[in-house]
Amino acid sequence: MNTVVCMKQVPDTETLIKINAEGTGIVTEGVKWVMGPYDEYGVEEALQQKEKFKAGKVTIVSLGPDRAIEAIRTGLAMGADTAVHINDAAFYEKADPYATASALAAAIKDLEYDVIFCGKQAIDDDSGQVPAILGELLGLPVITQVIKLEVADDKSKATVTREVEGGHAIIDVPLPAILTAQKGLNEPRYASLPGIMKAKKKPVDVKTVADLGVSVEPMTVIKEMSLPPARQAGKIIEGEDAAEKAKALAKALHEEAKLI
Amino acid sequence: MPGILIYAEVQKGEIKKGSFEVTSKAKELGGEVSACIIGSGVEALAPELAKYGADKIYVVDGPEFEKYEPEAYVQAFAQVAEKVKPGIIFTSATAQGKDFTPALAARLKVGSISDCVDLSMSGDKAVAKRPMYAGKAYAMVEAVGNPQVFSIRPNSFPVNESAGAGAIEKVTVNLDSSKIKTMVKSVEIAASEEPDQTEAEIIVSGGRGMKGPENFKMLEDLAHTFGPTATTGASRAAVDAGWRDHAYQVGQTGKTVSPNLYIACGISGAIQHLAGMGTSKVIVAINKDPEAPIFTKADFGVVDDLFKVVPPLTEEVKKIKG
Repeated sequence: MNTVVCMKQVPDTETLIKINAEGTGIVTEGVKWVMGPYDEYGVEEALQQKEKFKAGKVTIVSLGPDRAIEAIRTGLAMGADTAVHINDAAFYEKADPYATASALAAAIKDLEYDVIFCGKQAIDDDSGQVPAILGELLGLPVITQVIKLEVADDKSKATVTREVEGGHAIIDVPLPAILTAQKGLNEPRYASLPGIMKAKKKPVDVKTVADLGVSVEPMTVIKEMSLPPARQAGKIIEGEDAAEKAKALAKALHEEAKLI
Repeated sequence: MPGILIYAEVQKGEIKKGSFEVTSKAKELGGEVSACIIGSGVEALAPELAKYGADKIYVVDGPEFEKYEPEAYVQAFAQVAEKVKPGIIFTSATAQGKDFTPALAARLKVGSISDCVDLSMSGDKAVAKRPMYAGKAYAMVEAVGNPQVFSIRPNSFPVNESAGAGAIEKVTVNLDSSKIKTMVKSVEIAASEEPDQTEAEIIVSGGRGMKGPENFKMLEDLAHTFGPTATTGASRAAVDAGWRDHAYQVGQTGKTVSPNLYIACGISGAIQHLAGMGTSKVIVAINKDPEAPIFTKADFGVVDDLFKVVPPLTEEVKKIKG
């Protein structure tokens, strides 16, 4: 089974975000960059499907500047076979979800795949839109928030479980299709030492957006970025014992905060 | 002021509160407010949208829309949009809204701006404020194309009764069934009446300090005492330990929530968790470690053993609620 995994390198979840002097983006200095956590579930699922079918190829496709190669190598070290790195800093700087999906679609359209995996969202801009646009551009069905995947033996279709509000839905979809990975789909593996050594020699096809013949202007523009207002520590509820404190807290929620 | 078209979402036979919130916001912004409701047997719900400001309500009603399937819903809504030609489209960024909105925008060949928490007009342009990095930063974003599509986070705007003209029109759509490739075999929704974490007004959340899955019952009891707008949540530590399903996780790799009241029990307050609940209107922290970072964000803190605080708190809340 052949799969493509769309992957974005993002700041680690423990990163404290600071806004740059121009107010248009974040300070990237000192940030620890990692593979998008939801993309990681996508890579893992692609590897598990390949192992199950004992055949096929896993290709990682990523749009990002030079630094993105580190996350690509992580995916290769986990076991992916090849990668396409759309390395175009100027395009990446102002790329919105539409522009990103357009570049990914151009890179993917000539690859062989039964499933395209994406993370359900990148945890930096949190848009969650690229998979839908990619589906529209490639003419493929998209199922979001996937927590379970069963591919038919002949790879013609799959039965997919997706998270919906308050429960889940089971959906049949013909392949190829785009599936977005949600936490719960699997437990991503760590790259092994031999895996890391091998990854250094695996092919990474570096392309610019011009190579791909894409010329897309963004459809959404960030005008300004800011930090949320700082929250101040409030008051510590005092009391003789825990029961007294509970009583005082209930009173505060009732009388001061007016929430009960 | 450009016309605004709203996607009114139906779950369990009712229009979602988030859809009323965006209708109220549209009415406040001025201009013509239209809404589109899609489903099976949903026509009777349409007048409710008029209460909150819809001047025109388009109803797409048929058995083929009984279960939500993005392609069919997108085709139907796009045909209504083609007719209405709105300058702006609003949806509520519910679980379904997050699936539907990007697909709709892609079909209309525009970009959409997701999970907005505020919105103002600048001429014919709507400028949206939206969180990034799970709320560690905010961006002011503008759409270039037409229509401008926004999904709006639940609980961002109040629901205001302010009647619109409320003319109802049934619309027959032509579905291109060759494009509807997926088939929803079954949908299983837990019997629980609890709201989704992203829409709840009160969340009682537990972390590593809960010590085990069995103790979450205590938090459920407290949530139930608050009433039907309350639910429970969990930190990543509690989910990764297997104590709670991921659907409960609050934080950067879970849900970003903004309830009126967030009660964190035995949660230390990792950066990724604080990001996910930092916009809660009132935060309460119950933790026996006075150094826990959660106390720096909490409006009310209780430094004590949560197992000794939560049960009497539940009793006190019961008393107050009478």
